[in-house]
Amino acid sequence: MAMLIVMDAEPRYTVSEITRLIKTTLEDSFYSVLIQGEISDFKRHSSGHFYFTLKDQHAQLSAVMWRGKNMRLYFTPQDGMKVLAKGRITVFEKSGRYQLDVDTLQPLGIGELQIAFEQLKARLRDEGLFDESRKKPVPVFPETVGIVTSPTGAAIRDIVSIINRRFPGVQLILRPVKVQAEGAAEEIAQAIDEFNEYGAVDVLIVGRGGGSLEDLWPFNEESTARAISRSKIPVISAVGHEIDFTIADFVADLRAPTPSAAAELVVPDAAQEWEKIIQRLRRLYRITTDKFNFLNEKIQLLKSSRALQMPLDLIKQSSLQLDMLSGKLEMSYQNHIKNRIEYLNQLENRINALNPEAVLKRGFSITYRSKDNTIVKESSQLTSGDGVILKFFKGEASGRIEQVN
Amino acid sequence: MPTQKFEDALKRLEEIISNLEQGDIPLDETVKMFQEGITLAKLCKDKLQSAEKEIQKIIKDTNGEFQLTILS
Repeated sequence: MAMLIVMDAEPRYTVSEITRLIKTTLEDSFYSVLIQGEISDFKRHSSGHFYFTLKDQHAQLSAVMWRGKNMRLYFTPQDGMKVLAKGRITVFEKSGRYQLDVDTLQPLGIGELQIAFEQLKARLRDEGLFDESRKKPVPVFPETVGIVTSPTGAAIRDIVSIINRRFPGVQLILRPVKVQAEGAAEEIAQAIDEFNEYGAVDVLIVGRGGGSLEDLWPFNEESTARAISRSKIPVISAVGHEIDFTIADFVADLRAPTPSAAAELVVPDAAQEWEKIIQRLRRLYRITTDKFNFLNEKIQLLKSSRALQMPLDLIKQSSLQLDMLSGKLEMSYQNHIKNRIEYLNQLENRINALNPEAVLKRGFSITYRSKDNTIVKESSQLTSGDGVILKFFKGEASGRIEQVN
Repeated sequence: MPTQKFEDALKRLEEIISNLEQGDIPLDETVKMFQEGITLAKLCKDKLQSAEKEIQKIIKDTNGEFQLTILS
């Protein structure tokens, strides 16, 4: 006789019934759990959902992180990464499987932002975005500077006051943006793109003052990095304090350690530049007057003082012009020009002095030997009894030499 | 010349000086270059001394046009 297994003592379920019961039990018991484990079999589905397994030495757990949730992650999970996952257990009745539905995911050990930073940095570096060969030269004398920062932060105040102190004639154009919190990176990227579309800007400063890593985060995001990289206008990054390095710094054509430093880098110091111009002017004067002196000597030989008159007038006029322009700025230089004019006046006098008439006017006379009408330059040309003619400024006289000494 | 950039003016000034230093330049040419040099220096000085400019704010309006206003 066949043995009857008596099971009446136990409740009887259909597969569906027991599965539903398991589902309810599990889902009610584990509706919010923190689970620590290592990621393996990580897959990003084309739909954007993440599928992976959380495991440790002895067990594993299937996990899913839906697109809507994983979009908020700063980093991309990778196999082997130790993480802390928060979520709930869900059961699929149809397949009889359970999994962890992940709400949030945090890397264990180093911070999430740190991982995100390193990941993006590695990716963009591999793409060549940090290559020196990509960096555009930053102009030495920009006339217009575009600034991408918050209109209310310390950064804009610092930049404006330093640029106005160093080189006040520069035109500053601010494109106000949000520099922290969600959406800031997109605004910054858009601002850089818009400046490129506008075009009439020589260089851009993109940045903000110091803050926490989270505050600086928009400058570590890919959209900001890409916008800097595709900018035709050279970009100076100016984020946070000296110690803060952001992705924006690596992509930028020039990294300034702070917004104030960016202002120092972007424009030269006007006073120093003026000093350089003065030096050039001095050279210009020296060369020009040397040339005139040289010509003057030639002219002296030709005894044609009139030819020199015109350029002398010109150089004097220009000296006066320069006198006026250097004005208050450079007293010593003014003196230099005055000396120049004085020198030119002396030069003029010397030329006049070469005119023999002017010499006679001062009381000198010319002595001619009567027999051959030569000018007497030394007494040895004469012997006693020679007739001489004396030529004065006005009139002549003749006489005879009594004695030669 | 009013639109000439500071950088270009400075370069030209440098060029004039080295031309004068090197070449055997005739008198009238020398005078011309000297005067150009003075004009360039004056231009540079004007740029260096120009007054503070008001900061502008740029915004792209809904028609996609750029609007520049004085930042208050």
